[in-house]
Amino acid sequence: MAELKNPAGASIDAPAAARPPARSATARRLLRHAVRLVVSLAVLMVASFAMIHLIPGDPVRASLGPAAPVELVEARRAALGLDRPWPEQLLTYTGDVLTGNFGTSFITGEPVGQIIATRLPNTLVLALLATLLALAVAIPLGMWAAVRTENGRNRGTEAGFGAATGAAVAVPEFLYSIALVAVFAIWLKWLPPASKAGPESYILPILAMSIGPTAMIARISRAQTLRELGQDYVRLARANRLPVVRLHLRHVLPNTLTATLTVGGLLLTSLIAGSVLVEYVFAWPGLGQRIVESITMKDYPVAQGAILVYGALVLIVNFLVDVLIGVLDPTSALKEN
Amino acid sequence: MRAGLAIVAALIVLAIIGPPLWGDQAEAINSAAILQGASAAHPLGTDNLGRDLLARVLVAGRFTLMLALLATAIGAVVGTVLGALPAVLPRKGARFVTGLVNALVAFPGLLLAMFVAVIAGLGAKGAVLGIGAAIAPGFARLTQTLAASVAGADYVSAARMLGVPRGRILARHVLPNIAEPLILNLTQAMGGALLGLAGMSFLGLGVQPPSFDWGRLLFDGFARIYLTPEVALGPAVAVALAGIGFNLLGDGLVKKARRARPSTDKAVAPRPEPVAADPEAVLDVRELTVAFPGGVTPVRELSLTIRPGEIVGLVGESGSGKSLTAAAVGGLVPYPGVVGASLLHRGGEVAMVFQEPALNPALKVGGQLAEVAIVRDGLSRAEARERAIDRLGRVHLPDPARSAKSHPHELSGGMRQRAVIAMGLMGSPKLIVADEPTTALDVTVQGQILKLLREVVDQTGSAVLFISHDIAVVGELCDRVVVMYAGRVVEELPVKELAAGAAHPYTRALIASLPDMETDRSRPLASIPGRQPAPADVGEGCAFAPRCALATERCAAERPPLTVYGPAHRVACWEA
Repeated sequence: MAELKNPAGASIDAPAAARPPARSATARRLLRHAVRLVVSLAVLMVASFAMIHLIPGDPVRASLGPAAPVELVEARRAALGLDRPWPEQLLTYTGDVLTGNFGTSFITGEPVGQIIATRLPNTLVLALLATLLALAVAIPLGMWAAVRTENGRNRGTEAGFGAATGAAVAVPEFLYSIALVAVFAIWLKWLPPASKAGPESYILPILAMSIGPTAMIARISRAQTLRELGQDYVRLARANRLPVVRLHLRHVLPNTLTATLTVGGLLLTSLIAGSVLVEYVFAWPGLGQRIVESITMKDYPVAQGAILVYGALVLIVNFLVDVLIGVLDPTSALKEN
Repeated sequence: MRAGLAIVAALIVLAIIGPPLWGDQAEAINSAAILQGASAAHPLGTDNLGRDLLARVLVAGRFTLMLALLATAIGAVVGTVLGALPAVLPRKGARFVTGLVNALVAFPGLLLAMFVAVIAGLGAKGAVLGIGAAIAPGFARLTQTLAASVAGADYVSAARMLGVPRGRILARHVLPNIAEPLILNLTQAMGGALLGLAGMSFLGLGVQPPSFDWGRLLFDGFARIYLTPEVALGPAVAVALAGIGFNLLGDGLVKKARRARPSTDKAVAPRPEPVAADPEAVLDVRELTVAFPGGVTPVRELSLTIRPGEIVGLVGESGSGKSLTAAAVGGLVPYPGVVGASLLHRGGEVAMVFQEPALNPALKVGGQLAEVAIVRDGLSRAEARERAIDRLGRVHLPDPARSAKSHPHELSGGMRQRAVIAMGLMGSPKLIVADEPTTALDVTVQGQILKLLREVVDQTGSAVLFISHDIAVVGELCDRVVVMYAGRVVEELPVKELAAGAAHPYTRALIASLPDMETDRSRPLASIPGRQPAPADVGEGCAFAPRCALATERCAAERPPLTVYGPAHRVACWEA
């Protein structure tokens, strides 16, 4: 953003010279993130392949137990391709994963791909709804707290907000789940305690998943809002006597969203993982419940496929958050360069 | 913070005294009392072997904390090493490690923990290794960030120039300087590890019987939640308390390290008798005082009258109160500051221009200008847009229609400052308060902005209050100069008298410190010895007396009032 001066001394500032670079910076950034995504997915796949091979001893023997006949163990090993050299196995595994073939369950004999296809949507619905709920509650809450406590006024609100969100963040989602079940399902009998049925069965799991993230995002939203309120453009907007609501919603809010959404995106990924515990409590037929089962029962193909899918989801969500931020905040692409 | 400390201390005490006090009770099998709910004998009920659950919860504290400590230690050591590696590795290796850490940080800890648990098998060992692995990336990232900030420090550069080996720089200079934040982070990581382990045990992936931690007790209790919900209560409360305790303590430690608590007093400003305003003035301020809590008064008894078409310069060093005067004029003194005056009359609309070109980075320039007219004058969107483009043209932005569609970051600093002035012109301001509007700009652009302000005054007849630390700029632009020192006006004079007729020693010193064509460049620039007192340290006498060559005993004892010295010239000095 260099400034041009013509020799006569009259003012000719560079006429928005930064615009074309800004667009190509966005494109470059997108490309870089896409490349990073592909590389990360490849690394993740190798890691999930390695996971089975890092298990000490023989995973098939460990899975079938010491009493299993040798022929069965050998047959299972051959079926899994574990008797071939590992580079060949990795190649086969890569081909299988890319064609959606994740193997079959040791225990039930179902194709793992099919298990994922039926269970993953249930997990995603929970995580997505919980994220939306958290964002919808937390951003206004954080802004409200920031406006009320700006420049150290209302110390009571500040202390209360800090203590409440600090405590809410520190309690893990499975405790919320248990508490909600105990109170609303067992004691008050208002809502079903477990399993996926009607719309009311969604309420408790979503609440349990969103309380912690709500507190976390509210803290970040408050910090970001406070930072923006100290900026000169807010002073100028106040000097221009813009109405308070307009000032906060149109001027401050958009500037806080980048950081808030970054964290919101990271929280979505942690919610995808956190849903494992919540699904377990609510007997929710998602992938998380199945992952726990498969690890407990040493059903390695299912564990491997599920962890691979979870990892890929995390990477893809992070990628999408980056893209979204690039669209919402064009200056962030420039900053990154 | 205190609550967090109390909870953590209680946990540590419990871990020490729990097993010896209740260990036998926790293992006592009673086949007559299996799977009971709460009763007087067993407040939290009994398990499937009739063992008392309250005792088991109290005893499990030690094992739970030990596992969490172990996982934290593993995570901290692995993470710190991973984070410090890029500082010592060759370029390629450093990039690889950095990339690995960045990828792992984005991964949810539980997923990493389950990955490790699959490999290491069910049980406490797998869970501890898994949670340790989950904690490590966070530590690595923190170490990296901190190490990078230290690596740029002068003493590290100096050591590098002296040829100190990299490993030694890391051990001697980098790690000691980042130890404190790392240790603070340990507290929070400990809480995270405890919750993570509890989660793993709760899922049945962690501690296996006959061992038991809080997570395992919760696993057992949860299976019976429909019949006797109270059996899940003990371990649930214990886990929640521990999580909250470590989190509050960590938060508190971090905050304490960052800042001291500000004072909680209320500011008091004097409320002098009101006086009548000069009807022609666009600004008439009498005895303006701005006060902050703790008896800090950065602006004292300032009086200032500005008439239409006048450009008045307000000069002073930083801390003299000039910017707060501008804020008071604009009605923008920040909380907890309080404004008092016998008169604060604005003869019409006031527009503000600040040092940093203050446009909202998220909104388009034209929209921000138009908004002012829509909100204040009730213009339609199209009318407001038209006016915005017109005003952008009047401040000589090339291609105003296109500039209106730009985001602020697409304009240069000088263009942004023009746009802010244009925003001020959206209404019909009687007074433009410009607070150091050119300080952030380079010299050529500075001159252009000054020219523009003069042009605006000539065209619109509005007045300007121009605030600057630079007496040369003020002398170039203004009609009248007001000099502030330590919150008070010390001299007010027409600009044509500035060079030869200044009466206050401070004003004269400011002018003398300016280099001009005749200054002997081989000699150091003249400067004023000493320092302006802070607003809280102003005593009874003249605030400038300690730095003044002419000061007498009277100057130190009694403050000189602002008195008439000549036509349109006032000065506050006993020796003038």
